[in-house]
Amino acid sequence: MTALQIVFLIAAAFTLLSALLVVTRPNLVHASLWLIASLAGVAVLFVLLEAGFLAAVQVVIYIGAIAILIIFAVMLTRRVMSDSGPQVNRNWWGAALSALLIFGGLLGLFSQVPAVGSAFPAAIANADGLLEDLGRSLVDVNRYVLPFEVASVLLLAAMIGAIVIARPAAREEGEE
Amino acid sequence: MIPLSWFLILAAALFSIGLYGVLARRNAVAILMGIELMLNAVNLNLVAFWRYVAPGSIAGQAFAVMVFAVAASEAAVGLALILSIYRQRSTVAAEEINLLKW
Repeated sequence: MTALQIVFLIAAAFTLLSALLVVTRPNLVHASLWLIASLAGVAVLFVLLEAGFLAAVQVVIYIGAIAILIIFAVMLTRRVMSDSGPQVNRNWWGAALSALLIFGGLLGLFSQVPAVGSAFPAAIANADGLLEDLGRSLVDVNRYVLPFEVASVLLLAAMIGAIVIARPAAREEGEE
Repeated sequence: MIPLSWFLILAAALFSIGLYGVLARRNAVAILMGIELMLNAVNLNLVAFWRYVAPGSIAGQAFAVMVFAVAASEAAVGLALILSIYRQRSTVAAEEINLLKW
């Protein structure tokens, strides 16, 4: 067992354990902190896959923005669902069963994946130019400029939508 | 080196855990956390396949970037919806938000 495999196993165990705690902790503040731990574990896995840029993006966007947003939402909606009381609905066993079934089904499908047996990652031809290639491919007319533009429009729409939805109605406030 | 199957099994497990969170939790914010876990599992798969199968084409990383953008917008709109519902109905329990149910 090489050092890389040991690092992978530690990171994988940490990610899965944190993810389990995210979905089982009754206290939502603790759950969101474990979510940050799980996202950090995924960032380590990105580093193991030699996708350093995505690891940085994972830390900046997921941990820096999304997790903080979730923590704010937890704090703003905290009073209603106290830490006591059931945190799972009546059909939680059905949820667990379907999650297990999906997991089993995915494991069964892995034998169909053509490259599943590959133990070694393919060699990267031009490791230094990888990030430049990613940047150019996102604005290249012949490659991914259309998904890139659609994603930017989606972000703009989400931003406007979030502002409109979360803002208290101005008229009602004026009348009160 | 690390076999590809290890990454696939890990991503499948992460996806299933997130799915359980989405289906079982009552709190809408906790449901969003489950969705984030599932999107992370998808990203892990995309990057693993890029690395092991097609490192020459940058498609895997480009699509992972798209998934990041979608996850960010989904979190922003979802949490705005939850805050708006909380303001109007003082609840974030998913089964009590039944305005469209009949």
